[in-house]
This record gives sequence, structure tokens and C-alpha cells, in this order.
Amino acid sequence: MVGSNAVNEDRSLVKDGTEQSPVKLGVENLSIHYETGPALQNVSFDIRKNEIFGIIGPANAGKTSFLKAINRMDMFNPGMKIDGKITFDGTDISKVRNVYGLRSRIGVVFPLPVGLPLSVYDNVALAPRLAGLKNKAELNVIVERCLTRAALWDEVKDRLNSLGSMLSGGQQQRLTIARALSQDPELLMLDEFSIAVDPVTTMRIEDVLKELKNEITIILVTNLVQQARRLADRTAFFLEGQCVDVAVTEDLFTGEVSDQRTRDYVEGRFG
Amino acid sequence: MNKQTRASSKTTDFDRLNRDWYIDKAVQILVFIGGISAIVFIIGIFIFITKEGMGFLLGDFSFKEFFLSPNWRPTSENKATYGILALIAGTASVTGLAMLVAIPFSLGTAIFIAEFATGKTREFLKITVELLAAIPSVVWGFIGLAIMNPLIIDIFDVPVGLNVLNAGIILGLMAAPIMTSIAEDALKAVPDRYREAAEALGATRWQVIYKVVLPAAKNGLLGAVLLGVGRGFGETMAVLMATGHAINIPGSVFDSVRALTATIAAELGETAVGSPHYKALFTIGISLFLITFVINLIADLVVRGVKKG
Repeated sequence: MVGSNAVNEDRSLVKDGTEQSPVKLGVENLSIHYETGPALQNVSFDIRKNEIFGIIGPANAGKTSFLKAINRMDMFNPGMKIDGKITFDGTDISKVRNVYGLRSRIGVVFPLPVGLPLSVYDNVALAPRLAGLKNKAELNVIVERCLTRAALWDEVKDRLNSLGSMLSGGQQQRLTIARALSQDPELLMLDEFSIAVDPVTTMRIEDVLKELKNEITIILVTNLVQQARRLADRTAFFLEGQCVDVAVTEDLFTGEVSDQRTRDYVEGRFG
Repeated sequence: MNKQTRASSKTTDFDRLNRDWYIDKAVQILVFIGGISAIVFIIGIFIFITKEGMGFLLGDFSFKEFFLSPNWRPTSENKATYGILALIAGTASVTGLAMLVAIPFSLGTAIFIAEFATGKTREFLKITVELLAAIPSVVWGFIGLAIMNPLIIDIFDVPVGLNVLNAGIILGLMAAPIMTSIAEDALKAVPDRYREAAEALGATRWQVIYKVVLPAAKNGLLGAVLLGVGRGFGETMAVLMATGHAINIPGSVFDSVRALTATIAAELGETAVGSPHYKALFTIGISLFLITFVINLIADLVVRGVKKG
């Protein structure tokens, strides 16, 4: 009894803590349409500073489209139409003129690893260089720090000059994470980052994410329900283009939410 | 029991060659013949020109004179000399200038078509470029002769407009469309996820192209350039018409020159088969063959080096 009380207190603390920190990313009535049909319908919630915000849901739920909208990647995809409002630090991103500036503050890790056909070093040094950093010593520090955080340094430190696209799938995935970290982003979006990574390495990266939370805001899209439970402060459940639930993660998993579909999904009864 | 017999009949099936097996073998052989024939033809051509040029190589040939003398006087009554240095200089200077013209044009067009143009603009440009590539070289030569020649005389106030500048520009414009096509293919072969990954880092479109797309397409772009160089060395009609066809080591772009290929084209029909002149022309052919071979070899080594790095 005492134990469960303590948990409850803890949870409310977390709740209060997150409620108090300012909104990093505001989403209001967001809808995304492709030529083939809607991908996301009327989603609204706030993501707060220094939280890990989990998004779970089966395939075709609109999770990846959501991330693309935040990063203004719709520019690549003429068929993608975005309605509603997304604010980043209070600024409406659809009205941002320098999209490149916005993107440089948001790090993305794609579900499929993308090792650019540059050397491992250049892959990680790309973002700082784009930002104008030329100092070799500073670049070295950034490259080592980011690769270490992505749990890749030990494996590649002796071959920083070999091509990033020649690494194994799991290594490329971690290289992608290191590259996203090298931007020094304020918001890090991870789209099923552990898809090609072994469980031990996944745990190492998860630990890093927990640390990073103190500095930045993280959106974690994941197929692994338990990963969301381990990491996320709050979690949203997307299903077929709708946001079914947004709640403090433990509430979602202990069933303290109204929607039956959420309960079924987290308990593995469908999806 | 029944099962048993079926199983055993299956095992014996492995030794029976059925229709699919024969078709497969036949296709393998056909493909092999197709592949090997290209090599056989090239070796055949090389043997033929070597045989025709052999007499000259064994008899009249002096390495020093042939490659280092600028005097090509094969029809001289007193003493015929066969020096192709001036011809090499002519071909090289025209090709060099042509590449200076063609590389910026073709790379620029390819980058625009592959990275910036969309929809109808893109289709229109692609079709136009392919149309340009289909213009016969004699038409280009005609443009050099009839349009560029007076233009150069007017603009630069020089006595003759048929020179390195004229031929270089004509050859550059001629090589640009095919180089554009190849370069565009190379750029299009760079997967979009590379572009997206770089854009996600906050790279501008030019940064994406410069830092990611061009390095990724490096090999294909090098291939496009070398194709242009090969075209420059091999092109005959346009350079014959636009260079002025005068034996000369060019001191400036306004000097007339003569190309290796143009020499063969212009003189081979008028030489007696088997004469030293005839054989010397074939030796030029061998030289051209070797030059192209060396260029391709260097390209291959460079591309391999790029891959390793």
C-alpha cells in the first residue's frame, strides 16, 4: 500500500513537473492529406520542454507524417497538404521564411538508416560545418562526443575515414543518431530508431536519451510499446490518422484512460 | 507405399534435363556470345589497324620523328616527313577548350534538370537536350563554318575565324548534350533519402547539392566528363570544318590547327594503299586508339581510387 502510494506521488510530481515547463511544440487541429487520402486528422496537443514525448501506434497511423510536418519536409512532397497550426517556441512554422534555420534546430532520425556516402567523420561533422564551423579541433570534439553518445565511437574510432554508407545497418542507424545530435538540436525526433539496432545497444542509446532530456525535448516514435513505457514522460496513441489518447505514460499503461482501443493496443491485443 | 514411389521418382528427376534447363543453358550461351563479341570486335579492329600500320612501324617509322616532329609532310617530293606533334597539339587544344565550354554548361544544365526543375519544365528540357544530342556533326561543322567564322572575325578582329576557338566552342556545344544526359542520370541515381537526410540537418538546397549530391554522384559525373573528352578526341567532321585544317602548334586560340582524326579523314581517300603515307595514317589510328585507351584506363583507376577512399 505504502509502495503504491509512493508511485502515485511520484507520478503526480512528474505530472506537475511537465505541466510547469513551457510548451516547446504546439499542435493545433493538425490534419495531413496526401493525394491518396488523409494521413492525420485533427490532432491537437502540446509537447513540453525537456520531456520525452512518446508516440505509439500501428503502421499507417500517421506517426511519420506527423514528424515530417514538424520538420516542414512537406516541401519535398508536393502531394502532401498540411492544415492546422504547429508552433515551435511559439512561432507558427508554416510562416517561417528560413526553413533551413528551423530544420537546423530540429534533429531527425529516420526509421531507415541513412549513412551519407561521405566518410564517417564527415557524416557527423556535416551539420556543424553547414552551420559554419571550421575549427578542426572543435569539430573533432563534436564528432567524438556525438559518436560516443550514439554508442558507436568504440566501433568506428579507428576508421573514421571509411565511407558511412559502407557501415552495417545497425551502425548506420547509430551514425544517423550521431549526426542528428551533432546539430545540437533543441528538439530531437526519433522515428523507430531501434529498428536495426540490437537490444543491448538500444538500451545504451535509451540511457543517453534519458540524459539528453535534461537539455532538449525529444519526440520518440516507436513500435515498441515497452520502449515508450521505459522512456516517455507522456505518450500519445495514434490510430488510423487519429490521436486516440494523450496521457502521462504510466496512466496510459495502467489503464487510467478512457479509450478501450488504447488499452487493447498497449496490452498487445491488436496491432 | 505410394508415397515411397513418388519420392523415389522425384530423386531420379534431378538427373533429367527438362525444357527449362535447356532454355536456361541456351540463354546463358547467347549472353556469353553477346558479351564476348564486343571484346572480339575491339581486338579485331586493333589487329586490323595495327596490321595496316605495321609496315610503317617496322620500316619508315622513327619514334622520335613521328611523335616529336611538328612537320607532317607526307606528300613532299624531296623528303616526306611524318611528324604528328602538331596534330596532337591541335586535337588536344581543341578538346581542352571544348571541355572548358562543355563542363560548366552540361553540369549546370544537369543540376538544374535533376535538382530544381519539376513537372513540365523538366520534361521539356530533357527532350530538348536529347534533341540537341541528335544534331549530326556535319551540321555543327556547318555552323562553325558559316556562322562562327564571320562572327569571330568581326568580334576579335582576326584574319581567320576557323581556329581553335571556333572548333573548341563548336565541339563543346556538341559534346554538352550527351554529357548533360549522363550527368543527369548520375545525379538522379543519388537516392532521395540522402537529400532528405541532409535537408533535415538544415542544409540549404545548394548545400545539399554541393555537400552531398555531387560527392555521391562523383563517379557518374567523372564518366560524363570523360565521355566528352573521348568525343573530343574522336570527333572528325566538325573539327575538320571548323579548325581551319592548317598544320600548326597553336600559340593562341586564334591559330588554325589540324586534328588527328581530320587528317585521316581528309587524306586516307587520296593515298595509294600500302604506301608509306597510307601506313602512316594507320599509325595515327593506332595512336588515337592508344590515347583513348589510356584516357579510359586513367578514368577507371581514378574511379576505383574514389571508391576506395
